[in-house]
Amino acid sequence: MSAFARKLQAVAQTRKTTTVSTGASLPVIAALVGIAVFLLVGSLSSSIFAQQTVAGLAQGAVFGSLALALVLIYRATEVINFAQGEMAMAMTYVGYQLTIWGLSYWLAFALTLVIAFVFGVAVQLIVIRPVQHRSVIAVVIVTVGLFILTDGVVAWIWGADLKFMAAPFGNQVYHVGSVAFARQDLGVLLVSILSVILLWLLFQFTKIGLAMRAAALRPAAASLVGIRVNWMLAIGWGLASVLGAVAGLMTEPTQFLQPTMMQAILIYAFAAAVLGGLESPAGAVIGGLLLGVFLNLTGQYVGFVTSELRLPAAFVVLLVVLVVKPNGLLGRKQVRRV
Amino acid sequence: MAALLELEDVRARYGPVQALHGVSLDVEEGQIVAILGANGAGKTTTLRAISNTVRREGGIRFAGKAVGRGGPDDVARLGIAHVPEGRGTFAELTVLENLRLGAHTRRGSIKDDLARVSAYFPWIDERRNQQAGTLSGGEQQMLALARAFMQRPRLLMLDEPSLGLAPRLVTEIFRIIKDLNEEGLTVLVVEQNAHIALQLAQTAYVLEVGRVALSGPSVELQQHESVRRSYLGY
Repeated sequence: MSAFARKLQAVAQTRKTTTVSTGASLPVIAALVGIAVFLLVGSLSSSIFAQQTVAGLAQGAVFGSLALALVLIYRATEVINFAQGEMAMAMTYVGYQLTIWGLSYWLAFALTLVIAFVFGVAVQLIVIRPVQHRSVIAVVIVTVGLFILTDGVVAWIWGADLKFMAAPFGNQVYHVGSVAFARQDLGVLLVSILSVILLWLLFQFTKIGLAMRAAALRPAAASLVGIRVNWMLAIGWGLASVLGAVAGLMTEPTQFLQPTMMQAILIYAFAAAVLGGLESPAGAVIGGLLLGVFLNLTGQYVGFVTSELRLPAAFVVLLVVLVVKPNGLLGRKQVRRV
Repeated sequence: MAALLELEDVRARYGPVQALHGVSLDVEEGQIVAILGANGAGKTTTLRAISNTVRREGGIRFAGKAVGRGGPDDVARLGIAHVPEGRGTFAELTVLENLRLGAHTRRGSIKDDLARVSAYFPWIDERRNQQAGTLSGGEQQMLALARAFMQRPRLLMLDEPSLGLAPRLVTEIFRIIKDLNEEGLTVLVVEQNAHIALQLAQTAYVLEVGRVALSGPSVELQQHESVRRSYLGY
């Protein structure tokens, strides 16, 4: 290969990954505003509609947290972490164990998040980093292996039978007019949204958050300004694991503890991430909320959609998005210059 | 006095292709040094060998200490800013975020640096929140310069800063490089445009197929028969 050809190739390589960000397009924003207005008007005119919407938002916030975890790792490592749900489930068991040892719920919650962070970093360092530069499929296979491993280890330590944690929010119900809001739904919604906002603040306003974004976007350029790219990727896995732990702990009050508790949630999160546009953190959260509300309202108002059809309904959403708008609501259009 | 940057018999290869066959050069503190040469002569590879973005053999010393074989991040932390060809700006991030990234290795406030950057590039102030990818080619090159400047490097390495820019912009960018140099910044610049590079630099090296073919003060190289014929075109 001549030196000139080599240079051409080097230029082609730097250009290949050039993406043009389109952000949210006007029709998408209009549609989202329309949906918000529809939900608001519906909630004001029907108390059942309002209850279902709030419960859907609470569930959707959990989908959104896990979807965001998927997106964080997808952006940094370009793979879907199939073990994300199982890692979240394992961390929920850790939280459970801490409460068994006598910690109060919220202390156990906080400590679990710290442990989840360390766990996520360790997973990246020990099992992902060695295969990271081989191929995407190698990393995917490792995450599938991690899924099976986590599942097995949790069942081995805690057994496969149902376990129960103390309810973090109690069972009270708030009444606003004729509408009854479960305190638990509001709590789940609040905690999930709060963790997403904190994460957003971290990425947007701190030095390390900016460095993490830079490392995920352009690793080569990031290391040229002195960013420790490998560490940033590991921290990204840690944060994704924390989000997963939040999703797991917020799922527990409705699902109870069992090794399979996050498997369906992972599918919903997957659908939410694709709906939002796999590359977009905001999209993942919005996708999660939309999906949660959509599933709840169709369950309530569309007669034949029974609870058995919830998962297939999520698949329909996934399929429709992939066919109609493969970049999702807020995804970036990939433009490749050749 | 030892030079700020010393390369001794540096070799590098891309797979089976040897790109550098033993390059030795010195960059004195406070100077602008230019690397000239045709396509494929190894100019870019020389910079990449210095910043450890390509695997190399041979010795590189910076400020009297051997540069290790760690990653580019280690080299950046020594005080070497490398603006790669194609600029390496973060197109998805805003102008201000690009500048903040430049200061990544530093502690403390970056307010003063931002003020100095806007003194050099007045347009940057009003467009801080614009996505870097939406800037024109010239503006992106200036942003890359400004970001390197935020790093407060001891050595600034520029790869083809004139590439794809209109002549007026090239003049402006080289004027800024000159200004930065007069404030004490050492610059190592790779250029295809030998004419402008020889005007800017005090010292120049001419590479041919991975070796230093000629070197010396710019004024002498400008008079040199083969340089004039091959690179200056008169």
